[in-house]
Amino acid sequence: MTNAARVGVYICHCGINIAATVDVPAVTEYAARLPGVVVARNYAYMCSDPGQAMIQKDIAEHNLNRIVVASCSPRMHEPTFRAAIAEAGLNPYCLEMANIREQCSWVHPVGYPTTWKSMQLVEAAVAKVTRLEPLQTRQVSITPTAVILGGGIAGMQAALDLADAGFHATLVERESNLGGHAARFYRTFPTQELAGVLVQDLLERVNQHPRIRVMIETEVTDVSGYVGNFRVKVRRNEEFTEIPAGAIIVATGFETFDPHLKPELGYGRYPQVVTTMDFEHAFAGREDSKQPLVVHEGSQQGGNASLAEANDTRMDHQRIQIENPKSIVFIQCVGSRDQSVGCGGNGSSAHSYCSRVCCMVTAKQARLVRETFPDARVTVFYMDVRAFGKGFEEFYDQARQDGILYRRGNPSEIIKRGNSVLVRAEDTLLGEPVEVEADLVVLAVGMRPRPDSEAVAQLLKLSRSSDGFFMEAHPKLRPVDTSMAGVFLAGCCQAPKDIADSISQARAAASAAMIPLMRGQVQVDAATSFIDEELCSGCGQCAEICNFSALSLHPLRGKMTVNAVLCQGCGSCAATCPSKAIMVHQFTLDQVLAQMAALSGWDDVSVALEKVETV
Amino acid sequence: MLQIESRQFAVERGLFACIQCGKCTGGCPMAMKTRLNPRDLIYRVLVSGNGFNLEGREELWDCTTCLTCYSRCPKQVNPMEAILAMRGAIVEKGKIHPNVKTALESTFRNGNPLKMPRSDRAEWAKELQLKAFPDGGAEYLFYIGCTPSYDPRGQKVARALVRVLGSAGLDFGILGNDENCCASEVRRLGEAGLFEAMVEENTAAFTELGVEKMFTVSPHCFNVFKNDYQKLEVGAKFSAQVQHYTQVLADLTRDGRLKFNGSFEQKVTYHDPCYLGRHNGIFDEPRAILQGIPGLELIEMDRSREKSLCCEGGGGRMFLEGTNPGTRLAQQRVQEALDSGATILATACPFCLLTLEEAVKHLNAEEKLRVLDIAEIAERAL
Repeated sequence: MTNAARVGVYICHCGINIAATVDVPAVTEYAARLPGVVVARNYAYMCSDPGQAMIQKDIAEHNLNRIVVASCSPRMHEPTFRAAIAEAGLNPYCLEMANIREQCSWVHPVGYPTTWKSMQLVEAAVAKVTRLEPLQTRQVSITPTAVILGGGIAGMQAALDLADAGFHATLVERESNLGGHAARFYRTFPTQELAGVLVQDLLERVNQHPRIRVMIETEVTDVSGYVGNFRVKVRRNEEFTEIPAGAIIVATGFETFDPHLKPELGYGRYPQVVTTMDFEHAFAGREDSKQPLVVHEGSQQGGNASLAEANDTRMDHQRIQIENPKSIVFIQCVGSRDQSVGCGGNGSSAHSYCSRVCCMVTAKQARLVRETFPDARVTVFYMDVRAFGKGFEEFYDQARQDGILYRRGNPSEIIKRGNSVLVRAEDTLLGEPVEVEADLVVLAVGMRPRPDSEAVAQLLKLSRSSDGFFMEAHPKLRPVDTSMAGVFLAGCCQAPKDIADSISQARAAASAAMIPLMRGQVQVDAATSFIDEELCSGCGQCAEICNFSALSLHPLRGKMTVNAVLCQGCGSCAATCPSKAIMVHQFTLDQVLAQMAALSGWDDVSVALEKVETV
Repeated sequence: MLQIESRQFAVERGLFACIQCGKCTGGCPMAMKTRLNPRDLIYRVLVSGNGFNLEGREELWDCTTCLTCYSRCPKQVNPMEAILAMRGAIVEKGKIHPNVKTALESTFRNGNPLKMPRSDRAEWAKELQLKAFPDGGAEYLFYIGCTPSYDPRGQKVARALVRVLGSAGLDFGILGNDENCCASEVRRLGEAGLFEAMVEENTAAFTELGVEKMFTVSPHCFNVFKNDYQKLEVGAKFSAQVQHYTQVLADLTRDGRLKFNGSFEQKVTYHDPCYLGRHNGIFDEPRAILQGIPGLELIEMDRSREKSLCCEGGGGRMFLEGTNPGTRLAQQRVQEALDSGATILATACPFCLLTLEEAVKHLNAEEKLRVLDIAEIAERAL
C-alpha cells in the first residue's frame, strides 16, 4: 500500500436503484473501517452537483488523495467523477469505481448477501485505489480532414457541409456512380419533386467542390488509428491508397427487402407482381409520358448502377408492360413489421421494425398511377397508415380524395387467375375474406441493412442493433455518434428513414465530426500499456495481437515499444506476453491482484499471485 | 355456458401480439366457405373481458389445421393452436360431436380411430414376412399408422413402400399388432387428456423397445412424434429421431442405394401435404424423389410448396363434415391439378390420397387424372 494513501469512499443510493436493494448505510460503515479510508459517506445521487461538491469539499478538508465511488458502471460516470476530482486538484486517474448497481443491486434480490457483495466490491476498489498511480493525459494534434463512406445523398450532403466549413473531405463510393438509391427515384414525397433534379444538384456541388475528393469504385479495406488520426486504407481495382482522416462518417445506406423471401406473394413468379422500387424505376426510366410503362422485376438489385447498366443486367428478369390496367393493388408492410422474416437468415426477428417510408411511397405511387391511368381502380391494402412527417397526412388525405381506395388488411397470398392475379386478403373492417383481381400488384418493400454491414462493422469496430443496422451511441442524446470516438453515422445505415431525415442526419453527423476537427487537438487516454524492458525479449507476439498497431520493435534496443497515442488500453498484449513484460496502467498485476485478494478473502497479494500462477 | 377464461387464455397463447392484419383469415382456405375467421376469433377473445363464450361456435370444427394462418402471421401468433385449445375446452365440458366421440372412443379402445380391431392391424403385411421390431435387430422402426394399416387404399401405399425400401436394402422392422395410434387426430380433435395418456403410453413403449430411428407413412404421425411428443413432459422423454418416408427415400436416392431401373412416363404434379410442407418445411425431398424417376415430368401447380391448398382432410376433418358440407377443398385442388395438364396427382399423405381420390370421382375425372402416393410411383419405376 502506498504509504500516504488517504482514501475517500462515496456510496451512491442512485435514488432507489441501489438503496432499495442494498443497505447503503451498512456498506458505508463497512467502508469506513477499511485500511487507508479516511472518510466514507453516502448520498442520494453522487453524480449530481451536490454529490460531486461533497467529494471536492472532502478532498480539501481531509487532504484525500484517492477516491472510490460505489455507484453505477464506469461507462456511465467515470468521466464525471474524474473531472470532479481533477477540479479539486487530484490527478483524475486516482479514482476507482465500484459498480454496485448493474453488477449488484439490479441483478440481485433484497437481502444481506446483496449488501455483502456491495461491501466486497467496495473493499476491492479500495484495495486497488491505494495502488493507483497518477497518470498524465496527452494532447495530440489531429488531421483536419474527414472520410465519408458511401456516396448516396447522406454521404454527399455530409461531405458538402464539411467541405463548406473548410475541411477536406474524401467521399468513398463502392459503385461507379454517386447518388445511391435516390438517384433512381422518380418523384419525392410529399412535394412530388423530381428526385433526379435534387440528386443532380447535390452531385454537381460535390463534383465541383475544391475540397471534396470523390473516389468511385473504391472499397475500404482497413481502418486504423483513433479519433483525430485515423488511417483509412482503400482499394480501387488493385491500387491501394491510405487516407489520413480526423473523423469518419459512415453513410453506407440500405438495401430493399427481397420479396422472394415471402413466396406466398409470388414475386419472381408472376410478372404482374413488382416492388415499389421496380415501379419507381419504371417511371424514372421513361423518357416521356407517352411511352408505355414497362416494369422490370428485380430492378432494385442493380444497386447504384446506372440505368443503362441496369437495363443490361436485368435482361433475364421478368418484365411487364402496363397498358390500360383495370385494377392495380398496392400491398404495404412487405418485409416490415414482420417477425417471420429474419435478416441474413439467422432467424432473428430482424424485420420487426417499421421501415417508415413505405406508407408514403405507396401513397405517392398510387397518386402517380391515378394520374397516369385514370381509368384504373387503385386499391391500397394497409395495416396502419403511418403519415407522421410534415405534410404527410395532408398528402395521404389527397390520395384518398383522388379516389384511391384504402382497404384495411394485409394480403395473405397472391394466386394466378387467367392473365391476371388474385390478391387474397381479409378486409378486416368488413370482417370478410376478399379476393381482388389485379393487372399489377405493387409490393411496398421495406428497408433492411446491407449484406456487407457486418464487414463494415468489423472494419470500424461498430456495434449493430438487433435489427442489423449500425447502432448509435445513445438513441436520444447521441443519435449520430457511435461507440467509437470520431466515427459518426448518417442516413439509412443507422435505421430506415426518408430523404429529409437522411439529409438532417447527414448534416448533424457533419457538424458532430467538426467538433474534433475544429478543436485541432484531442485528449488521449493515459491508461495505456507499458513495457518493462528488463523482461521484454522482443519476440513480437504482442504486436501480432494488437488491433491498433500500437506496438513495434525498437530497432536499436531490441525491445518492444508502445505508441501511447495508438494504444487503446485493451490489454490484449499484456495477456499475450509470455514474459509478463507488458502491463496496462490502471490494471497492473499489483493492482488487479490486490482487488482479487480483497474479493477472495485471501490474506495478501502473494497468496493471490500463487493461486493465479497455479491456474 | 361454455366459457373460457379469455384473458389468461390470450396471455398464455401470446394472442395480445396480434395486430389484426387479417393475414390469417385472408389465407385461410375455410374462411371463404364458412364462418371461420381466425382474426375475428382472436379479437373477440381479446375484447371479451374475462369470459369468452364458445357456445354455438360450430365453425371451430371447420379448421383443417393446415397452418396457413400461422405461416403468414407477421407477429408469430398461432391461431391454429388457439382454435385447438378452444376445441379442447369444448371437449372438456363433454360437448362432443357424435362422430368425434366415436373416433375418440375407438382410438382409446382399439388403438385406431377407425373402429377396427387391434388384432387386424398387421393384416396388410401378413404375406410380406417383415421383421418384428426390434427382435431382428433392425436399424429403423417403420411406423405404419392407422390409415395405411386398415384402409385398403392406404394398405397399397404401405406395401408399395415396403417393396421400395426392400430394393434399397434398408434394414427396418414393424410393430405389427402392437402398434398403437400416434394420437395426432386425438390432439386435433381437442381431447388433450387422452392425447397425454397416449403420448405417455407410446413413449414408454418406444423407450422400452429401444427405438432410435423411425419413419412414418403419414405426415400426421411424423409431425406429432417430431413436434408434439417432445413438448409434453410426461414420463419418459421421447427421443427417437423421426423421419417421414420421403426423407428416407430422398436420402437413399442421393446415396445411390435406391435405383430406378424402370421408368414412369407421366406428367406428374405434386400436392404438398400440409403436415409435411407448412408444418415441417419438407418441400424438396418429395420433389427430389420424383425428379429422380426416369421418364417422369414434374409440373408445378400455381399453388405449390408454402402456398399448397389444403385437401381438407386434416384437423380431425376425416371424421367431421364441418359446417359447410358443399364443395370440399379437395375438389378445388383436383381442378387445379387438371388445369396444370398433369395426368398424375402425386402426394405423400394417406389423408390427402383419400380426399383427392374421392374428389376425382366426384368430378368424373378418373379418365384424366389418377391420384398416387409417391411410394406407389417409386414402386412402379423400380
